[in-house]
Amino acid sequence: MPAALPQRRLDPHEPPDGAPAPVRLAACDLSRSYGEGATAVAALRGVSVTVAEGELTAVMGPSGSGKSTLMHLLAGLDRPSAGEVWIDRTALSTLGDAELTRLRREHIGFVFQFFNLLPMLTAEENIRLPLELAGRTPPREWVDELIAAVGLGDRRRHRPSELSGGQQQRAAIARALVSRPTVVFADEPTGNLDSRAGGEILDLLRDSVSRYGQTTMMVTHDAHAAAIADRVLFLADGRIARDLGPSTAHTILDTLQEVTGR
Amino acid sequence: MMRVALKGLVRRRTRAGLTSLAVVLGVAMISGTFVLTDTIQRAFTNVFDSAYAKTSVIVSARQVVRESAAHPTVPASMLEQVRSQPGVAAAAGSVGDTVRLIARDGTVIGGGNGEGIGFGIDPAQPRFSPIALTSGTWARGPREVVIDSGTAKEHHYAVGDVIAAKADGPVRRFTITGIGELGGATIGALTIAAFDVPTAQAVLNKPGRLDEIDIAARQGVTPAQLARRLTRALPPDTEIRTAGAQAREGAREVASSIGTVRTFLLVFGGIALFVGAFVIFNTISITVAQRARELATLRTLGASRRQVLRSVLLETLVIGVLASVIGLLAGLGIAKGLDALFAALGADLPQANMVLAGRTVAISVVTGTLVTILAGLIPAIRATRVPPISAVREGALPPPSRLAPARPYAAGAMIVLGVAGIADGVLAGGSASAVLAPMGAGTVLLFLGVALIARHLVRPLAALVGRPARSLGGAAGRLAAQNAVRNPGRTASTAAALMIGLALVTFVATLGAGMRHSFADSLNRQIRAGHVVSPSGNADAGVFPAAAGRAIAETPGVTVASSVRSDKARVLGATTDVFGVDPATIGRVYRFELRRGSGLRGLGTGAMVPDSYAEDHGLTIGSRLTLQTANGATRRIPVTATYKAAPVEGLISGIVIGQAAFDRTFPQPRNAYTFVAGTASTARLAGALAPFPDARLDTKAAWIANDQRELDKTLVLLYVLLALSVVVSLFGMVNTMILSVLERTRELGMLRAIGMSRRQARRMIRHESVITALIGAALGLPLGVLLAAIVTGGLADQGLGLHLPAGALLACTAVAALAGALAAIPPARRASRLDVLHALQYE
Repeated sequence: MPAALPQRRLDPHEPPDGAPAPVRLAACDLSRSYGEGATAVAALRGVSVTVAEGELTAVMGPSGSGKSTLMHLLAGLDRPSAGEVWIDRTALSTLGDAELTRLRREHIGFVFQFFNLLPMLTAEENIRLPLELAGRTPPREWVDELIAAVGLGDRRRHRPSELSGGQQQRAAIARALVSRPTVVFADEPTGNLDSRAGGEILDLLRDSVSRYGQTTMMVTHDAHAAAIADRVLFLADGRIARDLGPSTAHTILDTLQEVTGR
Repeated sequence: MMRVALKGLVRRRTRAGLTSLAVVLGVAMISGTFVLTDTIQRAFTNVFDSAYAKTSVIVSARQVVRESAAHPTVPASMLEQVRSQPGVAAAAGSVGDTVRLIARDGTVIGGGNGEGIGFGIDPAQPRFSPIALTSGTWARGPREVVIDSGTAKEHHYAVGDVIAAKADGPVRRFTITGIGELGGATIGALTIAAFDVPTAQAVLNKPGRLDEIDIAARQGVTPAQLARRLTRALPPDTEIRTAGAQAREGAREVASSIGTVRTFLLVFGGIALFVGAFVIFNTISITVAQRARELATLRTLGASRRQVLRSVLLETLVIGVLASVIGLLAGLGIAKGLDALFAALGADLPQANMVLAGRTVAISVVTGTLVTILAGLIPAIRATRVPPISAVREGALPPPSRLAPARPYAAGAMIVLGVAGIADGVLAGGSASAVLAPMGAGTVLLFLGVALIARHLVRPLAALVGRPARSLGGAAGRLAAQNAVRNPGRTASTAAALMIGLALVTFVATLGAGMRHSFADSLNRQIRAGHVVSPSGNADAGVFPAAAGRAIAETPGVTVASSVRSDKARVLGATTDVFGVDPATIGRVYRFELRRGSGLRGLGTGAMVPDSYAEDHGLTIGSRLTLQTANGATRRIPVTATYKAAPVEGLISGIVIGQAAFDRTFPQPRNAYTFVAGTASTARLAGALAPFPDARLDTKAAWIANDQRELDKTLVLLYVLLALSVVVSLFGMVNTMILSVLERTRELGMLRAIGMSRRQARRMIRHESVITALIGAALGLPLGVLLAAIVTGGLADQGLGLHLPAGALLACTAVAALAGALAAIPPARRASRLDVLHALQYE
C-alpha cells in the first residue's frame, strides 16, 4: 500500500528528540480566518501547542472560542490560514488530499458527537472498517481485544440501530483505536449521551490512554469530562488563554468563567 | 403553501431537472414521431397537389388486381377520342413504371433498393407534367431524357451528358436535355427519368398503350361535369376520376402506410414514457422521504393533508409541464435523428419543411404532463401521511403503506394476468391489433408485477451480482454491496426502470435468434440450387425480367435454370399470389412438399395450391379456380395437386401453375426467382446477368445470409429505438444515486475522515450503481427470454424455435454494467469532492 509518509524534521525551536516523552502533535502559530478582506472573521489567532505521547488533552472554551476550529486544523480536516501542524514529524501543509487521506488512515482516529456508525454494518464491521479501507486485514486478536475492552463482546454482531447511544459510542471508540493511530481526536464524545453513558465513555477514553498510551485530544464543554484529562487547554477569542495540568471539575469551571469573563 | 412548494422546487432545481429528463425523452420521441410523419405526409401531399395542379380529369384503365406487377393500360387511340369530346381543352397521354438510372460505373442509382421511376411527357403539353424543368428542355425523340435534380447533383450530371437507363429491356443510353424537380419535394432516393411518350412506351414495353390520360377542362366546365361526360363517352372498363379525387386517393394511401410507421414509432415513445414514469415515481418517492421532516414541520405549522398533497402534486405538475415543453422541442431533433436512422438502414424518407402541427403540441404536452402527475400521485399521497411528530424526531420516515402486506399477492396476480394476456395475444391470431393489444397490456402488467415484487428479490440478486464488487472492489466494493440493499424498495424501482428496456431488448434478440435459425432452416430445405437469381432491391415484392432467366439458361455450364414467375391475380374474391413454374425442371432446384394429387406433372394444365388454402376455401382435387389478371383477362384452371407451403420464408407460397399457362395469362410475365444448378462459375453467371441490373445473383449460402442481413437490419432498428428507454432509466439511476449521496453526506464525511480516499469514495458509488444496474439485468434478461419463450411457444407450429442468443445476452449484461458505471459518474464525482468538514456538520 502507501509509501512512507514524507518525514519532516520538527521545527528546530521545538524540544529535541529524547525529551521525557516524544512530541506526537505540534502546532506553531496557527491562524484561521473565514471570509475575505474587511468581512473576514478570525476564528483562531496564532495558537502554538505541543502534545506529547500518551497525553490526554482536553480543549475547553466558550462557544466561538475556536476550540472546534483548532481540532479540525490539528486533525487535517481543515487548512490553516497561517502556521503549521505536525503529526509525528509530518508537516500537514505539505500534504495533498491523497496523502492527507493516508495520514488520517494511519495516524488519526476520530470519535464524533453523533457516533457516525454505518447503519448497514454490524458493530464489529464498523470497528474493522478503517483497516479495511486501508486494504489491511484487521488482526483477529486485536479486534477481539478491542471489542472486549469497550464491552461489546455480546453485541458485536448487532447493527447500530440495535445498540444504545452509549454502546454506539463505545463501538466508535474501538473504531478510532483499531488502527493504533498517533492521535485520537474526540469531538464532544459525551455531548449526545446521558450522564451515566457519558461517564462510561470517559472511563473508556481514560483507560485507552493509560492502557495503550494512546495520545488523545478531546474537545468538550463539559467540565466533568475535562476533569479526566492530563492537561486542559482553555481557548478564548481564538487564543490559548490557560494551559492547566490535571484539574478538578471545580477548578475547570472557575477557570472557564475567568477566561469567558475577560 | 403554493409558494413554499415552488420555492422548494427552485431550490432543488438540479434534482427537478434530472427528474424531468426522464419525461423529456419519452415526450421527444412522441413529438418527433408526429413531426416526422407529418413532414412525410406534407411532402407527398405537395407532390400530388403539384402533379395534378393543371389537370381536371384523369382517365385510366380500371384496376382489377391491386398490387399486381403489371398495371392495366388503355389503348393510345383513346387519347384522340378524349380530345374530340366537348369540354376538353387539352389532353395528354402518359406511361410510367420502374425505370432505373445507371451511374457511370454501371451501378444502379437510387438508394439501397435502386428505386426509380420513368414516364413519358408530351413536350407539346408540359402542363400535365408532374415535374417542373429547372434547366434545359423536355426530351424529344428516342435518345433524350430529363432526369431529376437530386440525381444530377449527387452524381454530377449536367445537360448534354449521357446517362444509361433501363426498364424490362436492355440498357439504353440517353442524352440529358433537361433537369427537373417534383413539386416542392424530393421523395427519398427515388430517381426520375422523363422521356417523350413514344420513347417511354418503347422503354417500358407498352407500345401503343397509355397508363393514364390527363385532361384539362375548358373554361366554364367543372372537373365533375367533364368526368360525367367522359364516363358516358368512354368504354366501361376505364376509370374516370377528377384530379382532386385522384390526389385525395393518393394522399389517403400514403396516410395509411405512414399511419403504420407512426404507430410503430409511437410504441417506442410509449415505452420510454413508461420507463420515465418509473423514474419519476422513484425520484419523487425519495425526495418525499428525505423531506419528511420538512413536511412534518409544515404540518405542525398548521398545513392540512390536502395542502401537503397539493404542494407535492404542484411540484410534479410544474416538472411535467416543463419537461413536456422541452420534450416537444427536442422532438424536432428526434425527427431528424429518426430520418437519419431510416436513411442509414436504406429507407430514405421524403423531405419537406418540418411540420409542427397543433395536434403534436397538444398530445405531447398533455401526455407528458399526465404521465408525470400519475407517477407522482402515490408518493404525494404517501407524503400526506407523514405525522407532525416527525418534525422533532431523528430519522423521520413516512409510515409504510397500509397496502404493503397485500403487495406480493397483487404482484403475483399481475404477473399471472400479464402472462395470460401475452399468451392470449399470441394465440389469438387474426389482425395485428387483435394480437398486439392483449400482448401489450399483458407485458405492461407483467412488468408492473415484477417491479412490485422486485424489492423482495433485491437481497438475493444483490448477493449474486455483487460478488465481483465484493471480491474486487476491496472495502469500497463491500460497502457498495451493502449500500445497494440498504433500501430495497428504492433499489428495486431504480433497477425496474432499466429492467424494462433490457427485457425488451432481450426479447427482440431472442426472437431474432429464433427467426434467424428457422429462416435459414426453411430456406436451406427449400432451395436445392447452387445459385439464386432474385430481384435486386426489395426481394419481397419485386420481380425481374424473364429475359434474365433465359440469359442464365443459355450460359455454358448451367444444367438447370428454372425460373419462377410471379404476379397477383384476383382469385375467389381476393388478391392472391400466383407463381408460374416449369414443371420439368423446378423439382430439381426447389423442394416442394407435395401432398395430394398429381404433383408437378399436372401443372401442364392444372394448378397446385397450398393445403391450408385448399382447406380454407373448401377446395379438393378437381375444383376449378378462376384467375382474373390485372388487365381483366380471366382463366379457369382445375386444382390438380396440393402442397405444404413452408411455414416461414416460403419462397413459393400461393397458387402454382405451369409457366406456359402463366405466360399466356398474365400481361407482363416476370420472374421472382431463377434457381440455377450446374458447374458454371459465379463470375460467369454474373457476367450473363450484367445487362440486367434489376436482377442479382447469389450463391445459395450468400442468398440465405443476405436474407438474414435484412432481418438483422430490422433488429438494429428495434435495438436503437429501445436504447431510448435504456437511456431514460440511466437518468433514473443518476438521480437515485445523487439523492443517495446527498442523503449520506454526513456518512461520507465520516468515511473520508477515517481514511476513505477520494478514489475509494468514487469506487463505492460506482459499484453500488453497477450492482443496481446488474439487478436490473438479472430481472430483465430472464423476463425477456420468458416473453420470447411464450411467443415462440405460440408460434411453434410455424417452425419458430427458441434459441438463446448467448452473445446478445452477454452484451445486454455488459450494457447494464456500463450503464451503471456511466450513471455513477456525476454522483461519484459529487461524493469524492465533498468537503469532509462540511459533510461532517451536514444536518
